[in-house]
Amino acid sequence: MQRYFLSRILQSILLLFGVLFLVFFMVRITGDPAALMMPRTASPEQIEAFREAMGFNRPLIVQFVDFVRGVMVGDFGNSLHFKTPALPLVLERLPATLQLATAAMLMAMLVGIPLGLIGGLNPGSIMDSLARGLALLGQSVPNFWLALILISFFAVKLGWFPSFGRDEWKSVVLPAFALGLSTMGQLARLTRSSTLEIRSEDFVRTAYSKGLHPRTIYAKHIFRNVAIPLVSVIAVQFGYMLGGSIYIEFIFSWPGIGQLLQQAIGWRDFPLVQAIAVFTSLAVLALNLLTDVAYVLIDPRIRYGIR
Amino acid sequence: MAFDNLNFSHEPDSLLDKERTWGDRVRYLARLLWRDRSGVIGVVIFLSVVAAALFAPWIAPYDPLAQDLRNSKQPPVWQEGGAWDHPLGTDNLGRDILSRIIYGARVSITVGFFGVIIAASLGMIIGSIAGYLGGRVDSVVMGFINLLLSLPYLLFVVFIAAVLGRSLLNVILIFGVTDSPIFARVTRGEVLRIRRSGYVESAICAGARWPYIIVDHILPNLIGPLITLATFEMSAMIFYEAGLGFLGLSVPPSIPSWGNMLAAGRKYLTSATWIATMPGLAIMYTSLGMNLLGDWLRDVLDPRLRRSRR
Repeated sequence: MQRYFLSRILQSILLLFGVLFLVFFMVRITGDPAALMMPRTASPEQIEAFREAMGFNRPLIVQFVDFVRGVMVGDFGNSLHFKTPALPLVLERLPATLQLATAAMLMAMLVGIPLGLIGGLNPGSIMDSLARGLALLGQSVPNFWLALILISFFAVKLGWFPSFGRDEWKSVVLPAFALGLSTMGQLARLTRSSTLEIRSEDFVRTAYSKGLHPRTIYAKHIFRNVAIPLVSVIAVQFGYMLGGSIYIEFIFSWPGIGQLLQQAIGWRDFPLVQAIAVFTSLAVLALNLLTDVAYVLIDPRIRYGIR
Repeated sequence: MAFDNLNFSHEPDSLLDKERTWGDRVRYLARLLWRDRSGVIGVVIFLSVVAAALFAPWIAPYDPLAQDLRNSKQPPVWQEGGAWDHPLGTDNLGRDILSRIIYGARVSITVGFFGVIIAASLGMIIGSIAGYLGGRVDSVVMGFINLLLSLPYLLFVVFIAAVLGRSLLNVILIFGVTDSPIFARVTRGEVLRIRRSGYVESAICAGARWPYIIVDHILPNLIGPLITLATFEMSAMIFYEAGLGFLGLSVPPSIPSWGNMLAAGRKYLTSATWIATMPGLAIMYTSLGMNLLGDWLRDVLDPRLRRSRR
């Protein structure tokens, strides 16, 4: 098992190098990063001076080694817009994004999982149709559009929630719902299908014939098995929310990483964009690693399989 | 539910069974389709969007770029102040929203179609090479593919779009390249599975050559899962294109696209909601239809699922 963990960690480090490579070359695919980062009105002399200052005229390999060495010690260079180091700017926005993603995930879990369970245990019932409808809705409604609809109805027409900002607890409700709906649908769908599958397993029938109380069977035999695939979906979706809340943060002026990314692109502040990309990828990679570890710990079948 | 009254004992397993003529296959598909209502809805929705894209100049009542400032922000027909001359209302510059949505389908369908073609071709090449050669090549290629799939996708798409700049070709290329890993992974998995299967082994024992095996055994079995995947991915691309447009990173603002319309409508959320809601409904309609279509294709093209489906 230790060998498995070790190889997973090594793999994640390799992946991180892959990310650095991608992020480094992405700003250079047009051939001239200086022209990319300078305003369109800049004169050739200004661009030349900028290229000199950023070191873009050095050989690529030297620049790459420099970039990687900087990242190792948390130095992503200075933001062009703020003229301060890029990493603290990203970290400063992290709590807001984490708060939004956590609220969205909680909402998705609290609605999606029970609905899927009830639907899966009573196929064909009203709750079942509701679970399937929610799954289809979550799949087809674009979250940026949902956000606009929520604002125009709940914020503008009814005035129940603020339409932007992060000032009071009520501020998080609309953006979290908009961000969480697709996950809610996915959780409902997955919970429903695995409940359907597991409730007709032999061990469940055995449990019934032993005369166990249905409540015990639901909790111990069904839900524990349903929970296993949910863990990985929840982790993947949480990672997706960290990187995918761009629209929602943009629409609700939520001061998180997504909004910073959108602003940084507007300012053509690519060192800041690079810092955001590396940082978010790192968070997602770490999350994936943790999920794999959690998986091994939860599921005895895997635990014995990889010894 | 849908297939209960189908007697499978007379149905050959594969649509690509050699005994069948193409007419047979189409009739068989049509019969399966007719028995699945959500599949019918999916097909109808998808074809209607494709038709809107193909025949936009003949269907659209107005020029999508024609401004008419005297009639700006006219509400849709079911709201107070709406009229039948602009059924879905007009935007802030008095342009007819219905016509813009019909023309917008062109951008979405073009991006989705060519994006999927590029992604599927790249993915099939990479995936089948990895699947055939196996060994070290396979583990290196798949390691890289898994890296790409574990990245925050949207963030990188936005990043590349910002670097490359706004153009239709760029958007197609971005989706075509960034979406190829998923096709590669599915192709590889299928190739590995099919190669180990009994019928390929017996074909080898019977002395069949590789090209024959690829064309006659592997490709036909690959088509089903890939068509299903392509449907879902095309739906996703339409979705993401609109999202990029909303952030101002897709096609230039002069081109009517659903994402550009949403971005423009955002400013008028309090005074003229319909400018933003209408294009959103178009995205939802398309994506709902393609998801239903994909679900149906998955059930129909995979004989194993077709039998067990209840």
